[in-house]
Amino acid sequence: MDLKELYQEIILDHGKNPRNLGKFENFNKDAEGYNPLCGDKVHVYLKLNENKEIEDISFEGHGCAISMASASIMTELMKDKKNPEVKEILNDFLDMIKQSPELKSQLIKEDEKTKLMSLSGVKQYPMRVKCATIAWHALASAMDYKKDENDSEKFI
Amino acid sequence: MSIKDIKKEFPIFNNKIQNNDLVYLDSANSSQKPQVVVDRIYDFYTKEFSNVGRSIHYLAVAATNLYENTRTLVQKYINAKDKNEIVFTKGATEAINLVANTFGQKYLKEGDEVLLTELEHHSNYVPWHYLRKSKGVKIKFAEMDENGDVTLETIEKNITDKTKIIAITHLSNVTGAILPVKEITKLAHSKNIPVLIDGCQGAPHLKLDMQDLDCDFYAISCHKMYGPTGLGILYAKKKWLEELPPYQGGGGMIREVKKEGITFGELPNKYEAGTMATAQVIAFGESIKFINKIGIENIEKHERELTVYGEEVLRKNNSVKLIGNPKDKGSVLSFTLDGVHPHDIATILDEDGVAIRAGHHCCQILHEKLGLSATARASLGVYNTKEDLDQLNESLNKCKKIFS
Repeated sequence: MDLKELYQEIILDHGKNPRNLGKFENFNKDAEGYNPLCGDKVHVYLKLNENKEIEDISFEGHGCAISMASASIMTELMKDKKNPEVKEILNDFLDMIKQSPELKSQLIKEDEKTKLMSLSGVKQYPMRVKCATIAWHALASAMDYKKDENDSEKFI
Repeated sequence: MSIKDIKKEFPIFNNKIQNNDLVYLDSANSSQKPQVVVDRIYDFYTKEFSNVGRSIHYLAVAATNLYENTRTLVQKYINAKDKNEIVFTKGATEAINLVANTFGQKYLKEGDEVLLTELEHHSNYVPWHYLRKSKGVKIKFAEMDENGDVTLETIEKNITDKTKIIAITHLSNVTGAILPVKEITKLAHSKNIPVLIDGCQGAPHLKLDMQDLDCDFYAISCHKMYGPTGLGILYAKKKWLEELPPYQGGGGMIREVKKEGITFGELPNKYEAGTMATAQVIAFGESIKFINKIGIENIEKHERELTVYGEEVLRKNNSVKLIGNPKDKGSVLSFTLDGVHPHDIATILDEDGVAIRAGHHCCQILHEKLGLSATARASLGVYNTKEDLDQLNESLNKCKKIFS
């Protein structure tokens, strides 16, 4: 593992110019993710319609390149996704970041997979895993997902 | 012992860390251990082990003597009046908790004020916070100025007739500010206010003299002083240790135990309940001897030279912004790098074997004041060299390149 794999162009790009950054006006769900180790914060805002479809999504926060890039890529990917899909992608991503060598969900397109896989380098840096997952945990809270009692790594 | 060759005394530098020579710049977090300290732990467990202060067999008596020898070494090192003013704890955190708890229990009531500073490490704020909840005590923070200093005048301004204790750091682990602790103590005593000094960063780097300083309490972290983890020291004036109630109850700290009542042991046993970190205490004696052999004055001089050199090198690097420019600065270099988050800096530096710390360094109040969620910090120890700081600078340039 070298740094080039961790700090790929795609991460540096999203880290420097995060997409969907900033609170938008008519959000109806939000949640904050916080890393007590470093004090980094990511606040996720959603506009969910009656069908639990994410009509709009953005985030605010400050943090390292990994956490900002992960939040940016996540918001791009989740826009227009519906509830069960959101959960499936979220669990798939968290599984990949922690252990799985690949993304399994059929709901993620190939080009999206490439973007998400650019974050897989953090596996080699256990102290940085939290950076890559902070926004995703905030999204899970905003969607009111609960942790699986039998598998604390999974949301139900 | 010459400082030039000091790295050789620390076995960690003999090995490659992830194929790199280790450039260890995280001593404010914890220092590396010299061979003599590591050996002492091994020897104690292999040849001399016994619990102390209880049994009367040969090993127990010998171990007790070794344990008490360290107490005397510490007493001399900090020039305390009495060896019973030295209490071993599990860390500086426990030392401060001990004072907050026992002093708070006996002397503090609703509306009383505890005066801290904005520089404090969480371990010199959170223990006092409990007294807000349990007693309705008010906590005040003397403000840090733009240089990262807290002045005597600011302390004075914050003292009221409700101030019952002042608890301040000796040396900030973020800005490096060395506080005028002697003057603050003198001022506090003129108003009959006791003073606790968090000496976690002071004790490893500055010459200490408790009788001259005259503070009431001084907390020390042994693992930051080339000693083992799991050990701290509370220096407290004898009158306080006699007046204050015990902190924890258990074996070793009692005189007589009956169903209807308990009497407590004499100093220092009163505050050392249960089996203590025996091996660590005995090994810490070697840390003190190691420091004495070099001379704390020589360590201080060496580290001050390096701090000045480090500041020079980092100032020349246009992308680096140093945090804190205090009047009197200890061996801490906190900084930010334009466009690169401290966590990313720490990961990239780590690839070159340069170990620094990134984050809030357990000082969130201070970072809030700075308007930063995190900073990067290079902190020095006796083993560091100018080459280490050159490597730091070179690796910072690599960060810039990756993020350019």
